[in-house]
Amino acid sequence: MTHQFPALSSGQKQELQEIALRIVAPGKGILAADESVGSMAKRLKQIGVENTEENRRQYRQILFRADDRINSCIGGVIFFHETLYQHADDGTPFVKMIKDRGIPVGIKVDKGVVPLAGTNGESTTQGLDGLSERCAQYKKDGANFAKWRCVFKISETTPSKLSIEENANVLARYSSICQQHGIVPIVEPEILSDGDHDLRRCQYVTEKVLAALYKAMSDHHVYLEGTLLKPNMATPGHSCPTKYSAEEVAMATVTALRRTVPPAVTGVTFLSGGQSEEEASVHLNAINNCSLVKPWALTFSYGRALQVSALKTWRGHKENESAATEQFIKRAEVNGLACQGKYTGGEDSESDQIYVANHAY
Amino acid sequence: MPHAFPFLTPDQKKELSDIALKIVAKGKGILAADESTGSVAKRFQSINAENTEENRRLYRQLLFTADERAGPCIGGVIFFHETLYQKTDAGKTFPEHVKSRGWVVGIKVDKGVVPLAGTNGETTTQGLDGLYERCAQYKKDGCDFAKWRCVLKITSTTPSRLAIMENCNVLARYASICQMHGIVPIVEPEILPDGDHDLKRTQYVTEKVLAAMYKALSDHHVYLEGTLLKPNMVTAGHSCSHKYTHQDIAMATVTALRRTVPPAVPGITFLSGGQSEEEASINLNVMNQCPLHRPWALTFSYGRALQASALKAWGGKPENGKAAQEEFIKRALANSLACQGKYVASGDSTAAGESLFVANHAY
Repeated sequence: MTHQFPALSSGQKQELQEIALRIVAPGKGILAADESVGSMAKRLKQIGVENTEENRRQYRQILFRADDRINSCIGGVIFFHETLYQHADDGTPFVKMIKDRGIPVGIKVDKGVVPLAGTNGESTTQGLDGLSERCAQYKKDGANFAKWRCVFKISETTPSKLSIEENANVLARYSSICQQHGIVPIVEPEILSDGDHDLRRCQYVTEKVLAALYKAMSDHHVYLEGTLLKPNMATPGHSCPTKYSAEEVAMATVTALRRTVPPAVTGVTFLSGGQSEEEASVHLNAINNCSLVKPWALTFSYGRALQVSALKTWRGHKENESAATEQFIKRAEVNGLACQGKYTGGEDSESDQIYVANHAY
Repeated sequence: MPHAFPFLTPDQKKELSDIALKIVAKGKGILAADESTGSVAKRFQSINAENTEENRRLYRQLLFTADERAGPCIGGVIFFHETLYQKTDAGKTFPEHVKSRGWVVGIKVDKGVVPLAGTNGETTTQGLDGLYERCAQYKKDGCDFAKWRCVLKITSTTPSRLAIMENCNVLARYASICQMHGIVPIVEPEILPDGDHDLKRTQYVTEKVLAAMYKALSDHHVYLEGTLLKPNMVTAGHSCSHKYTHQDIAMATVTALRRTVPPAVPGITFLSGGQSEEEASINLNVMNQCPLHRPWALTFSYGRALQASALKAWGGKPENGKAAQEEFIKRALANSLACQGKYVASGDSTAAGESLFVANHAY
């Protein structure tokens, strides 16, 4: 505890911080296109498309073929392992397509959740074995950042102390390993929105989880300036009877982050969870308009909230590809505005701002 | 862990937050006038003044009655218990007098350091017994904030995990109790500058201590918006052979704070430790010019660095009162400018300050 054995040289630190800053540059956010084969099964089933490797390739191609309009709103793309080694119809590797437009490539490196015995259905996430070697290879193959997702749920008895400590620890270990290979780790401690808990409860749990996360990051000597955080927004549970405004969601979210996320963290890239495309944009916009001082970039790392319309438009038909790409570009541009607080579409543009004094949170 | 049992109402939170913001309002900092009787003994000895209760009263009165130039420079004053119940010559209690100038009244509530058995000379701080009742009384007697000091030292074996954990825990307990009584807790985890360690080492230890500090505050459900932090600046040890610039110190300090102190904390009020008056002002000034984004106020909570010259000028003699006050006002004004990054030290062009900063990734 008393002596420092520096994990990174100045040059390594600089590289990590520059990558992180590029990803969350003003007006930019992340396209999370890293759905596993299992997740893609669900998405494709909904539009009646068979879950084959070729279909997955064609679908990602729709996104990656978007024109230059996305260059100013997409700061990074997260890939799934399979996708990292796929090509466009003309043989161009997907990685090259993205990198050539100056967009950093990221890779999902965790290996899914596993149960924590003795808990009320809680989990941790595996994937540390051989992670160092995998990171070295991914870096060679073009990846500059990575993502690892842990999951928490809110119930009468959860998240438990064990779940919080274990998941925070595994996220910190993953981060430490990534940084050794010049890869910026995005840490994702997702608290699910399943349940009927209210906004306050979610805010409270978010504060406890994030406090534990940053203590673990400190204990593992992670260089915070070379990391990004991918949290949930503070929202009520799906079955909560109370309705909250976007401003309330924004205030609760920003308050929770202000109480736990050190200013050194370069950016916060929210997950969209179960939110609709519009909801996710409106909330992000309200967050960026929150009057509290926010020393980190606050932007998006959206999967479904960037892709739902594109998927629905495509339905697996070649003739719908351009239209599908347009849908994606539209959401990308909207979120590019939302992460600057400049999105004027959506229901909140008409209603008066409902200011809630921050000391109530 | 999954349930919140709120113990502060929105009004209580607002009261705490308002007090904290008032103390660290623009251009303001804290006068730490809470030297214990033992500490005052040392100060008075150096000026050949007798350490009597009356002399202590007279001395503090000089500071508290300094003219209106001091007004906008001071946000709060930390008292020692005895001083809280002393009066001005005109018969007004010191708290009443200080409050009427718009300065917030604070009280030192810890009861000093005690050894941690089995460690290499490390300590924790006592004072939790009956603190709940004492806080209720102090609030009635005019106090709106409190201070508690813990001490850590750097050697090849310290600070140990136990020292860090124990001191952070006791600071969080103290903070929790204060808030229940509408008193803003200032948490002071001082890492002493004794030793020959370099700047990097202090920065590292400061980062570890502060990370543990804020984890403990979270565990104890402390309302961060209603607290203040009183840390050491990140400097090399006193006997370190390498000399560092003010920019090095500022960058190392701000980097350490950015990595550990959540933005919800409204203000950071540095202790001056063994620094001279001028050094403490210059360092504070350069810190406020640092190009890294700082979401909290960065200001002073100085004892010696506000009083050393005043004490000397006074020398224990009533006829020197005005001269002593002039010295105090001079330092108050200097630090008021420094906490805004506007201090120009005599014979020094701090306009060049910002350009001397080295890119932060080296820290």
